[in-house]
Order: sequence, then C-alpha cells, then structure tokens
Amino acid sequence: MTTSPTDQHATDPDERRDGTSTVRYVAGKVGGALVSLVFVVALGFFLFRMIPGDPLVTMTRERPTDPEQLAHLRERLGLDRPVWQQFLDYTNGLLQGDFGTSYMYRRPVGDMIAERVWPTLLLVGTATVLAVLLGLWLGVRAAWRRGGTFDRTQTGIALALWSMPQFWLGLLLLIATQGVFPSRGMTSVDPPDGFVPQALDVAWHLTLPCLTLLLVIYAQYMLVMRSSLLEEMGADYLRTARAKGLRDDLVRRRHAVPNALLPTMTLIFLQFGMVVSGTVTVEAVFSWPGLGLLTYESLRGPDLPVLQGVFVILAGSVIVMNLLADLLYRVVDPRVRAS
Amino acid sequence: MSAPVWQRRRAAAADVWRQFRTNRGALFGAAFIALLVLFSLIAPLLIDRDGLEVVTAAGGSLEPPSGEYWLGTDESGRSVMLLTLWGARVSLLVGFAATLLSVVVGTLVGVVSAHFGGWISAVLMRITDFFLVLPALVLAAVLMAVLPKSMWTVIMAIGVTSWPTTARLVRAQTLSVESRPYIERSKALGGGHTHVIGKHVLPSVLPLVFANTTLVVGGSIIAESTLAFLGMSGPEISWGSMLDRANQSGAVTAGAWWYLLPPGIAIVLVVLSFTLVGRGLETVLNPRLKGER
Repeated sequence: MTTSPTDQHATDPDERRDGTSTVRYVAGKVGGALVSLVFVVALGFFLFRMIPGDPLVTMTRERPTDPEQLAHLRERLGLDRPVWQQFLDYTNGLLQGDFGTSYMYRRPVGDMIAERVWPTLLLVGTATVLAVLLGLWLGVRAAWRRGGTFDRTQTGIALALWSMPQFWLGLLLLIATQGVFPSRGMTSVDPPDGFVPQALDVAWHLTLPCLTLLLVIYAQYMLVMRSSLLEEMGADYLRTARAKGLRDDLVRRRHAVPNALLPTMTLIFLQFGMVVSGTVTVEAVFSWPGLGLLTYESLRGPDLPVLQGVFVILAGSVIVMNLLADLLYRVVDPRVRAS
Repeated sequence: MSAPVWQRRRAAAADVWRQFRTNRGALFGAAFIALLVLFSLIAPLLIDRDGLEVVTAAGGSLEPPSGEYWLGTDESGRSVMLLTLWGARVSLLVGFAATLLSVVVGTLVGVVSAHFGGWISAVLMRITDFFLVLPALVLAAVLMAVLPKSMWTVIMAIGVTSWPTTARLVRAQTLSVESRPYIERSKALGGGHTHVIGKHVLPSVLPLVFANTTLVVGGSIIAESTLAFLGMSGPEISWGSMLDRANQSGAVTAGAWWYLLPPGIAIVLVVLSFTLVGRGLETVLNPRLKGER
C-alpha cells in the first residue's frame, strides 16, 4: 500500500554478500515462503477470533432464533469446542480445501471462491500484460532521452496516477464515459448466442475495469524500466557498441534494453500484492464478479468465513508470487548467481 | 555537552535546505502542505458546523454548483465545498498519525535488528518479510472488519500494515553506519547499546527516515481513503468517506461530477505534494542518488 515506486528492490547489503550455492538459496527461499504461509493460516484463524462479541449474534442478527437453534448452530460450527481444537479443525479443513460455510449464503466458501477465480484472472492477466508492454515502452523512451520533454511529462503523469486512489480513477472513468461502456458485471443481462459474440460482450464489459487497473499499475513498470536503463546507460559495453559504429536504435534494442529488462521481469511477480489491492477496489467499482468483489461484499456483510477464506487465498498467492520472483531473478540474472 | 556537534548539524541542515530549495516541485509541495495543515487547524473557527450535519443542512439533494453552493450539494443537501474543506482534517490527521505509528515501529525494528544481529535479527527480519509481502490493504481491511470501526482503529490498521519498508530501509542504513570504524572505537571505549544507538546510529539514520516518512504519509492518506471507500472507517467526514457515500448514493449514475471531483482532487494534490517533498528530500539526503534526479 505504501511502497513507493523505487524502493521495492531495496535488498539488504548482507543478503547478497555470501556466495551460497543454488540449492541453499532455493531451500532458503522456499522455506521462508512456507513459514510465511503458516503465518498467514494462523493469522487467518486468530484475527477472526479477535472479534468482540459472539459470532452467532452477528450471524443471526436479522433472524429471530430460539436458544435450541442457537445451540445446534454453535455445535455445527464447532464454536462450543476449545480454541486449539477449533484451530486444528480449521487447518485440517484448509488442507482438504474446506474453507467453512458462508454466514450469508449458507454455501461452502471454497465453492464461492472457486467460481470467482476466473473473472479475476482474466481482468488481472489482461491488465498486467498491457501494463508491462506500455510501461516498458514508455520507460525505455523516457530513459533514452533522459531529461527531455517526453521524459518529464511521462514521469509527471506516472506520478500523478500514482497519487490517485484507484477507485476514484474508476469512478471518474465511469462518469466521463457516461453509459458508453457498461457500468457493472461481466456479461450483459441477456448475453448473445455463439462464442464470438459472447467473447466480444465480455471484452466490452472488461474495457473500463481493465483500463483502470492498467493505469494504476503501469507506472511502476515504467519507473523501474527507466531507472534500470539509466543504470545501464553508463556501462562500458554501450560505449563499445557505439564506438564500433552501431546505430543509436540498434544500441538500444540489442544491447541496453535486454540487460535492463531483468529487474522488470521480476517486478511482474513482486507487484502482485499491489495488483491484488487494485482488484478489490476496481472490482468493487465495476461490480466485476471476481475475488475482489467477493472481498468487498464479505467486508460489507461482514461475512467472516468468506472474508477469512479470501484473505488466506489472496495472501497465500502473493507469497507464492514473491517466491517465484526470487527464484526467477536468480535464473534470469547470471550476475546474481555469480556474486 | 558537545556544542560543536550541534553546530555541525545545524550547518548540515542549512545545507540540506539550500539544496532542497532548488527543487521547485518539492518546494511547491511543502508550501501546499503547510497551508493545508494551517487551515485544518483553524477550520473549526471558520466553518459553521450546522452545514455539516445531515439534519441541519439547508440545500437540496445533489444540486449542481450554483452561486449559493459553489461546488453543489451532496445527497443530503450539504455543501460539497464545506465537506471537502472539513474532510482535510480527518484525512491529514489519519495520514500523520498512521505514519507516526508506522515509522516508529519500522525504525525500532530496523535499528534493533541491525544493531543486535543474531537470532533477534533473524526473527525480526522474518516477521518484516512476512508483512512486506502481505497485501497490506487486504490485511488492513480485515483488521477493520473485526475491530470496532473508529478513526483510531483506522490509524492502527494502516500503521501496523505499513511499517516493513521503513524497517528494511533503517536496517540497511544502520548496518552500513555500524560497519564504520568510529562505532568500533565508541564500543571499545565502553559505549553501551543505548549510547551507540542514541548518539551515533540514530542521528545518521534519522534524516533518511524523515525523507521516507513524507512518502509514507501520502501512502497512508490513500490507504485511508481506500479503506473508507470499502466501508471500513469511522463516522467522521473524510475525503474517502465522501467518495464512499457518493458511490453508494448513486452520484455516479446521476452524473454528479461535483460530488466526485473535489474530494478526489484534494487527495491527489495532497499525496502528490508529499511525494514531491519526499523525492526532493531523498535526492538531497541519499548520497546514492546525488546528481541523478
């Protein structure tokens, strides 16, 4: 939430120093991620036991329930048992994909999450691909003519977008396009027949949420690409390339950009946490039926079992993505391996 | 006890100010923030509270801007301009307070982990890494969902989810300071932990923390507005809660741009100001960035 565009790569000086072998490196990272996952599971359990008051009161707020029903419900949800046993049941359930039952819909939380995964992946995937392309292109252009008009305006725009709450940007786009694009959902109420018309219908609904998310996340790619290209630009091999008479364009495309790409590649995974936050608000604005909207609805309820499940899933996937970033960084950048 | 030290520090501060002054964006940001803080402090003297209450507000529902209401009215007839001006108080207060909490925790964790090393450092860094990768907004929203909703829980939720970057920064800086010979000399002469940390480490780490702090304030203000938009805020009027109400009351479909624009623009201006100041300070204070800008 508060990571600024430039400090995500701030690694400890002492982390790189020792030349550990690949096996130790991988084992260390995987072990760390596993510990984090255990933390998430534990946090997911104990956070929701902090609630002041009885969860049954929240659940039955709108329905008159007699004591017998309450006792039955308490037993069915396992709330009458000691906390440590509840925790064991909960972890056991998680391992078998059982996330409990929604207070509001009386449905298994696992099913509710499963049906929301694909819309989110579609939205996040499209936005990420477009953001990477746009960010890289702008970043390269800005760095190559550093300090020029293009660089200054683009950095300015990126900073302004960075200072904007994501949901506000979404609301602005909605109000600015007033009715040109659909304001809610993923498909029309009455979807057309045939695969191609249906795909077009979804794409039409996707436009605004995807644009909002894109505008929110491309800035980081641009700024990181810009700064890593700036770092490369002082390098000796570029002077050599120029000295042997290569055209400016070729120096950039063949020599500078490939090396500067590395930090950006891992950023795709590192940014996942930010993308997750983005989807919650963007999906809430556009009622896009994904995990973000599910989070929003369960917060508003509050539907605690659903919120608990979504929290574990979202936090868990961010941890996995960060692990991938760490591993990938070592694979793609030989310099990290050698040091 | 040591006047020359303070003389030197005053001179250094003057030097920082001279360099900072040359950055026009940062200077503009600093001026804007100063004016806004000043205004927020005296706002209760200037603004008639009756116009902020739903029951006593005089305007009609969602009226467009007019001579009487320069920025129109909200769904219950309150002046949007009045609400936006008043909202600055909560947004700034939450921004500053959450940042204070976050920076204090982050500095403490960073310094302790770098200074003591060993298993303390291992455990603290494990925890820091954990919080660093967690999606902070989701965690903060979950905290708000299980705690009673008030401005203070918002501050706490943002504070406890945003300290890890500060901790990392402070740790790296502390490590590099402590590897210098004068620290070894100080320890050899019998300087205890408190002496080394208080007299040597903190004075050289704090300037960088300060630059980082201004960046954190911007992030905290955005976080507050996002949480409020998700319905996770106290009853106070803030820019975020205005936007939440605008969204819930159908101002978007009604095309009520005057309700949506002012709080959002206010957030962007304030956050942009903090970001500009933070980047300006960073360029001056961080030797690695010298001459880069």
